[in-house]
Amino acid sequence: MPIEVHVNGKPQRATVEPRLTLADFLRERCQLTGTHLGCEHGVCGACTVLLDGEAVRACLVFAVQADGAEVSTIEGMTNEDGSLSPVQAAFRDHHGLQCGFCTPGFVVSVTAFLRDNPQPTDDDIRAGLSGNLCRCTGYQGILAAIKAAANTSK
Amino acid sequence: MKPAPFEYHAPTAPDEVVGLLVELGDGAKVLAGGQSLVPILALRLSAFDHLVDLRRVEGLRGIARTNGHVRIGATTTQAMVERSAEVAAAVPLLARATPFIGHFQIRNRGTVGGSLAHADPAAEYPAVALALDAELEILSTKGARTVAAADFFEGLWTTAVGDDELLTAATFPVWDGRCGFAIEELARRHGDFAVAGACVGVGLDAGGQIERCAVSVFGLGPKPMRATTAEASAIGSSPADVRADEIGRAAVGGLDDVPADVHGSADYRRHVGAVMVARAWTRAVEEAISA
Repeated sequence: MPIEVHVNGKPQRATVEPRLTLADFLRERCQLTGTHLGCEHGVCGACTVLLDGEAVRACLVFAVQADGAEVSTIEGMTNEDGSLSPVQAAFRDHHGLQCGFCTPGFVVSVTAFLRDNPQPTDDDIRAGLSGNLCRCTGYQGILAAIKAAANTSK
Repeated sequence: MKPAPFEYHAPTAPDEVVGLLVELGDGAKVLAGGQSLVPILALRLSAFDHLVDLRRVEGLRGIARTNGHVRIGATTTQAMVERSAEVAAAVPLLARATPFIGHFQIRNRGTVGGSLAHADPAAEYPAVALALDAELEILSTKGARTVAAADFFEGLWTTAVGDDELLTAATFPVWDGRCGFAIEELARRHGDFAVAGACVGVGLDAGGQIERCAVSVFGLGPKPMRATTAEASAIGSSPADVRADEIGRAAVGGLDDVPADVHGSADYRRHVGAVMVARAWTRAVEEAISA
């Protein structure tokens, strides 16, 4: 099926099989391999992207369902000059990542989370992070990064 | 971990959806938010020749309060319910159940109709619908019909919605007067399927006696169950004379098909269920008394 998806502001046209997920579309058709695939059934959160501004799991959306939509991936999270966004910078500064596999999903999720919850409590942050799995950090660095990012955007 | 091939359909009207379902036969499945269906397809637990997507269908999305009821269209997302001041005020139990569903990324896509029609035994919305005596609107090429929640959930992932039918809306009654609501569940991690959970609504009359109450449990059988014996034992009593732990015990006493798996034996789940009912009962009563 022919589709057109605006990815990080650029129109991407392609003809896709209906079963192609948005995650595979982004990685294989748009060459945006920053969106990672861990579990491919909606558990790990590594593939989180913004679909019309809302954080969603790209492995649980078919590319055909994103026809006409705006998608932002980790590649679209940086500032316009290419420097790290406040969330990305906070992850770097507070050891919010080790191997980095889960990081794109975290950064996208946290970007949406802080937009909707600019002054989160620790419990809010923990609930907000529950949809993303990290197997390296033990989450404390990520928690610290989010608190720091929330403070910078005050 | 990739779904099997299927043909994709994106109709724009409810009538068109049910027409397609008749035409395509039992190889067709309705796709709403896809937060349960897509994992099932990805894991190849099931496969369909045709998916009929509701994303372009008009008139299925939205929350409307009419006299004494809140009607929620089938493709209304859980995130919309979570943000709705109307739902929080008029159907608090539904609002309070919502954050327990998956994670916020899931609720951005997952729909009210999808949760109800998927009818996972550990899901929150079916138990809420059952506790509140919601009515479910079902469309087919023969016309629309309404089914009470008590008759809607038939078994494991099975509802009154036929293969050629579409769930279009759920209508929740608004409880007036002094009432309180609570939901409690135990899950290994936030967003996991509940080991067991309970919904409670309690309404008091002018004299402070329990005038009405509703108790439902989930995760404790192939479908959510109302605890009718426990409810009957409490109605007409003063809240102070009703022991929450006894309501809890009564609520799980009659359950005979409690699942057992790696997360717990049937006895353990029954115990957790009784505790969840008791906690929800206590909170609902407290809220009703202070209302």
